[in-house]
Amino acid sequence: MKRREFVQMLGLGVAAGMSLPLLSGCSRKSNAAAAGGLYELPRFGNVHFMHMTDAHAQLMPIYYREPSINIGVHGARNQPPHLVGEALLKSSGLPANSRIAHALTYLDFNAAAAQYGRVGGFAHLATLVKQVRASRPGSLLLDGGDLWQGSATSLWTKGQDMVDASKALGIDIMTGHWEFTLGADRVMEIIENDLNGHIEFLAQNVKDFDFGDAIFASHTIREMNGVPVAIIGQAFPYTPIANPGHFTPGWTFGIQERELQETIDKVRKQGAQVVVLLSHNGADVDIKLASRLSGLDAIMGGHTHDAIPQAIQVKNSGGGLTLVTNAGSNGKFLGVLDFDVQGGKIKQWHYHLLPVFADLLPADPEMSALIDRVRAPYLDKLNTTLATTEGLLYRRGNFNGSFDQLIVDALMESKDAEIAFSPGFRWGTSLLPGDRITLEDLMSQVAITYPQTTLNEFTGERIKFILEDVADNLFNPDPYYQQGGDMVRVGGLDYTINPTAGSGNRISDMTLNGKPVEASKTYKVAGWAPVAEGVEGEPIWDVVGNWLSSKKTVPLLEPKQPRIVGLQDNLGLV
Amino acid sequence: MKRSRRSFLKLAGTAVALSMVPLKLLADFVRPKEAMAATDFDGVFASLGNAQDSDKIMLETPDIAENGAVVPVAVTSSIAGTSKIYIVVEKNPNPLAAAFMIPEGSEAFVQTRVKVAQTCPIYAVVEAGGKLYKTGRETKVTLGGCGG
Repeated sequence: MKRREFVQMLGLGVAAGMSLPLLSGCSRKSNAAAAGGLYELPRFGNVHFMHMTDAHAQLMPIYYREPSINIGVHGARNQPPHLVGEALLKSSGLPANSRIAHALTYLDFNAAAAQYGRVGGFAHLATLVKQVRASRPGSLLLDGGDLWQGSATSLWTKGQDMVDASKALGIDIMTGHWEFTLGADRVMEIIENDLNGHIEFLAQNVKDFDFGDAIFASHTIREMNGVPVAIIGQAFPYTPIANPGHFTPGWTFGIQERELQETIDKVRKQGAQVVVLLSHNGADVDIKLASRLSGLDAIMGGHTHDAIPQAIQVKNSGGGLTLVTNAGSNGKFLGVLDFDVQGGKIKQWHYHLLPVFADLLPADPEMSALIDRVRAPYLDKLNTTLATTEGLLYRRGNFNGSFDQLIVDALMESKDAEIAFSPGFRWGTSLLPGDRITLEDLMSQVAITYPQTTLNEFTGERIKFILEDVADNLFNPDPYYQQGGDMVRVGGLDYTINPTAGSGNRISDMTLNGKPVEASKTYKVAGWAPVAEGVEGEPIWDVVGNWLSSKKTVPLLEPKQPRIVGLQDNLGLV
Repeated sequence: MKRSRRSFLKLAGTAVALSMVPLKLLADFVRPKEAMAATDFDGVFASLGNAQDSDKIMLETPDIAENGAVVPVAVTSSIAGTSKIYIVVEKNPNPLAAAFMIPEGSEAFVQTRVKVAQTCPIYAVVEAGGKLYKTGRETKVTLGGCGG
């Protein structure tokens, strides 16, 4: 490692190692300790959590471009995680043009990706986990869910590849979201057989719809270096709404604040000295939730794929502080939260968000062998080249990414549609200019268990209703009414959006080929990923795969963006 | 998972249904016919009377409905002398969705499912000592999809 890189990482450590005002007075050992090297974090305190989330089944190292548009409105305006690019770096005191800047932002992405290489990969992550674990005896590895979905092999093995890899990685506790799209029976089969005795699957907010009986264990209490700690699980509250409800018949989700507080009070009574919520709520929901509970020390969250370099300190309803952390996605980061607990009380804490650079962390041989074994039967299929891309392909951001543009272009052309919709998923890896697009790369954008493509005739009025509905899920002033996906990706249609306007009034000036969209006229609209049961249609990977094969080369794509109005000095937007 | 309990109760449900006929007769005494027939929010309160906001009613509804056809609603009133609890869904074609009589001495807690046609506030209205009190929360009904 170069000296400059080390200093940059040290900067992150300092930024992240802020102490609670109430708990100050202790020396900030971890800052000085980071001097050992990029990934050498000497032990701090006696309670340690490693946190990963939203790996989306990316066993291999990948590129993942962080968003250039991540708008926060109302209370979330210009607050983490709604800061992008330079604003994000500035708020955390991090240097531009650095390795850490590349990990956290989209800035100069192509050149920086070429310079610093791929990120994540379970073999490299395993090496980091082993290092952290060696320095922190007794530490727990928490996974926030979206672990079993997002790749070709996870879809084809019904999550088995990820289950095996996560056991080998040593995940101790997890919760879920996309896991449930494998279907309730498969989820229970994995939990009862594979995870039994290895990984505890916790979700306090999933219940039987008829009787309110818990489907999963809500929490676990572990003793760590003599300190009893409680971990409570919170699955994605809107799973049966954002994804097809028919995968989990008879289960109800939701945020369940009252029951959650009861669980916190219960584990406190049972002696837990540190209480952590392992959450798949999304950053904005977690920040609100933290303010409405008491007795919770930290929420380690995911879902919105935000890589937040520091722990956010939220004043909770009991007058204390609750930390909220989010550890990015795709195996790109590992969060490390250390508490120093003395006499039953937290004296100080440190949080570090470590980027996983594949070039800097040697592959763990055991994990490499496991991954090779998992992939072997599928290698030919995975490596099938469909086309070559001349430009950067990525997805993440509030509106269309270039990979979404490719998908909606393919849909419109293949289905002879005027307009196409593609879901605002936040997963989906990136490809650099000149890269081959393999079937594996395509599957990393579309590997879901409800892949049917559709062609509908919608009136202009219906199209506006759909855009308004999704926009409200993203920009509702109250995070509890947000679902956490990005805006639906749109092909063909131009529109104006005012994120700060009220529900039903954000979308205007819809035009198609320069002509206003008429409320009563019908339009042919292609789409995929229907939430209704029993929809028939060619799988999206066939439609886009055939389209790519026919093109051979994909030129540089400018993702179509709506005109965004009503925002002034918003740091979530470049 | 406690699936067995559900299958057991399915059988038990048949027996309960058979015993419910007399309850229908009772319902006619309680049923606020005019308010039930009202086709807008103001019409409901014109019939029931005006209700003042109260923080002594705990209303539990989902922030976003998983299925607008069966939205769980729970109401707990800590207002002394609670004798009736109504559930009003503001934008439904008939906003008054349910009326419960709370006999003296019973815990003022009810739980049911209501249809919610579109995103709107749901109100719990409590009658106590001849006065009406209310509290409301918005439940969003969305198309779904696009999440994650």
